[in-house]
Amino acid sequence: MDFDVIVIGSGPGGYVAAIRASQLGLKTAIVERELLGGICLNWGCIPTKALLKSGELYEQLSHFESYGLSVQGRSYDFDKVVQRSRAVSKQLNGGVAYLMKKNKIEVIEGTATLEKGSPAPKVVVALKAGGSRTVQAKHVILATGARARTIPAIGLEPDGEKVWTYREALVPKSAPKNLIVIGSGAIGIEFASFFRALGSEVTVIEAMDRILPVEDEEVSKAAHKVFERRGLKFRVGATVKKLTKDAAGVTIDLEAGGKAETLKADVAIVAVGIVGNTENLGLEALGVKIDRTHVVTDEHFGTGVPGLYAIGDIAGPPWLAHKASHEGIHCVEHIAGLKPTNLHSPVPGCTYSTPQVASVGLTEAAAKAQGLDIKVGRYPFKNHGKNIASGETDGFVKTVFDAKTGALLGAHMIGAEVTEMIQGFTIAMTMEATEAELMATCFPHPTMSEAMHEATLDAYGRAIHI
Amino acid sequence: MTDILMPALSPTMEEGNLAKWHIKVGDKVESGQVIAEIETDKATMEVEAVDEGVVTDILVPEGSQGVKVNALIARLQGEGEAAAPAAPPAAKAEAPPPAKAEAAPAPVAAPAAAPASKPVGDRVFASPLAKRLAEQKGVDLKGVAGSGPHGRIIARDIDQAKPGAAPAPALAAAPAAAPAAAAPAPQRQALSLEQQGIAPGSYELVPLSNMRKTIARRLTDSFRDIPHFPLTIDLEIDRLLEVRQRINNALGNDVRVSVNDIVIRAVALALRKVPEANASYTPEGIAMHKHADIAMAVAIDGGLITPIIRAAETKGLEQISKEAKDLAARARIGKLKPEEYQGGTFSVSNLGMFGIKSFASIINEPQGAILSVGAGEKRAVVKGDQVAPATVMTVTLTCDHRVVDGAIGARWLQAFKPLIEDPIVMLA
Repeated sequence: MDFDVIVIGSGPGGYVAAIRASQLGLKTAIVERELLGGICLNWGCIPTKALLKSGELYEQLSHFESYGLSVQGRSYDFDKVVQRSRAVSKQLNGGVAYLMKKNKIEVIEGTATLEKGSPAPKVVVALKAGGSRTVQAKHVILATGARARTIPAIGLEPDGEKVWTYREALVPKSAPKNLIVIGSGAIGIEFASFFRALGSEVTVIEAMDRILPVEDEEVSKAAHKVFERRGLKFRVGATVKKLTKDAAGVTIDLEAGGKAETLKADVAIVAVGIVGNTENLGLEALGVKIDRTHVVTDEHFGTGVPGLYAIGDIAGPPWLAHKASHEGIHCVEHIAGLKPTNLHSPVPGCTYSTPQVASVGLTEAAAKAQGLDIKVGRYPFKNHGKNIASGETDGFVKTVFDAKTGALLGAHMIGAEVTEMIQGFTIAMTMEATEAELMATCFPHPTMSEAMHEATLDAYGRAIHI
Repeated sequence: MTDILMPALSPTMEEGNLAKWHIKVGDKVESGQVIAEIETDKATMEVEAVDEGVVTDILVPEGSQGVKVNALIARLQGEGEAAAPAAPPAAKAEAPPPAKAEAAPAPVAAPAAAPASKPVGDRVFASPLAKRLAEQKGVDLKGVAGSGPHGRIIARDIDQAKPGAAPAPALAAAPAAAPAAAAPAPQRQALSLEQQGIAPGSYELVPLSNMRKTIARRLTDSFRDIPHFPLTIDLEIDRLLEVRQRINNALGNDVRVSVNDIVIRAVALALRKVPEANASYTPEGIAMHKHADIAMAVAIDGGLITPIIRAAETKGLEQISKEAKDLAARARIGKLKPEEYQGGTFSVSNLGMFGIKSFASIINEPQGAILSVGAGEKRAVVKGDQVAPATVMTVTLTCDHRVVDGAIGARWLQAFKPLIEDPIVMLA
């Protein structure tokens, strides 16, 4: 037996699982075909945050006068913005390499396939350096992640020039003058927000009847309004029929409310969801159950094939880095014979646009659909001291409580820095705090987080500042 | 800093007694070193250290009773370990290694911060939501096993708890709970000895051991909830005694096969012939066990325990004898592992050595039957029209009528009888 655990894929699910395995004394290897850190570090969460920071600062320059400051001319060097984003990824990629070394995890660079084996499938790696190597472990964890969904039949397929996925959108030569973003989930909205900040004319097309459709309806509505004020345009309830390319750019035929419409732009970004990387791993031959594009797993992420587990994006939605890490730790602790309690935590979701959006737990509509008797609290940032002082008055905090038990069922926020605040509600939910503990907590003044307190109080008719 | 938690020594263990510490604060502990002894309801087990380090806190004193599984019992500090929490990968990648001396907390400061003085045994750890749900539902938290971190009771545990698990006084005190409607299932509330006319001071009170509590609970549950009935039969064992003598002569001094060993083998073979008797009743269906895992009752200091001969139908007499001897010996010194006494499919209880002629045991849940073996004694037996002496042993099969009906039990005894009366049949 070469290893106790082999992890396939070194994204935030895989490398975190490997480190936890090593902490638990398991001899661990990780297989990576491209870059340590996976999509998150190299082509996702992190480099987009770097771009968004540049865009946000640039956009803020135009509001400086309202703070009593003046700026003489403003401009940007697009190459440098992208270079900074790449440098950030590179630094973190090196960070993961360091962590692998520190935790004595063997990194096998190459592409893995699985073959029947016992007690777990054998891992055959086509090495990057050439040749192949077969390794055997007691447990194999699939953490191969996912990639952008494309629909070639109607032209939704990246060409690197005029049609991009997130991957091409991270390293463009310039900011397009006219941009169409297809899909208004977190990825679509973040790119729309970034390119708009740099001055692009951006139209977002969404098939559902509202943008950010997984969020609470009130949040979608508020986001729509603020984004429109920033100059973003939306076509909601609109289905893309066809994307065609010509020398000038892209033409998109869509249908909205039974009417056909045509939009033109220089570039289109395809952000219509993602698909799990389940192919070419040998999963079919092993009898791994695959539902659409993700591997079906049990409560401890076992696949049903002895010794084979799957975590993160490949194990299904929500497709979030922190969910993958969380599952990785749970899976490894289960393998090590501990009784992991990780999964008591709900998984928060964040969108790093301007303004930011963050949420955890049930939306108001979802809670009602479950037949729960609820209490809803809201508190707007426009009344709030710290937000007024900061000039960040867009947005609000909304809470959803179970009227009978006082359990916090969900929390939804839009506004400045809310992605940094949502963990407070997440901890509360993980600890199973009720409205009483949240009310009894002393929040620091002046902070934006006080709005969380007020939104809790408001659910019980006790808000102080409204 | 490494937390040492109360281990679960078996899948069903919820709490245990911390019988003995083998370490003290300041000791250096190696991985694999025995650090404590934990007494469960059935056995005393040694706990080994998983990590190495220096003991900084002992949080549960020796002799503590009812320590919940996953409760924090001690802390170790790894060698040169930095106490700083893990930084995100970014920060870690570029930060120089933290200065050890600075980051590590001074050991002297630790005891003050540690919740060492808290009586872990009494305090119930539950989430705020779990507490509120318990109050609304009339559930006593003391009776709920926690499944959250460190054994904390969480909302899910209350959802699964039966309402009315609260003892009467707690229920009355809960204002929200509907008093009569939520009445608990009738629970046997024994009158105190004083109420029953036994003068205080006229007896000595021996504290209940975990084993005694388990015996009381399990056998009360079994005798109350399972429809028991006994089937009794006489078996002539002269040939068996002769066979035993010959086997022992043949095997030499290494192994002494006992009558009980032969009984266990015969039981296993009879279960193979009548598999309906090797079964457990469950609400989902009848579990037909694939192997005859024979639990043998062994009297030990302070109670009894039932170590198991696994898949006894596959084992020869010599092996059964060796295993039985080893299990009984270790049972008497409290060194059985949980898997060695949990999960049998059929029990044998033998009081023959005390001269007991016949008796009917209480079923050991979830097994479908238990065989009670009496003493072999010379009796006058009528054979044809003649009275002749024979060595006779009376056995009684107690059956769970939900799964083993009278006819099944009788068929099983019929299958068992020839195996005992003429052990050569075991070769067939």
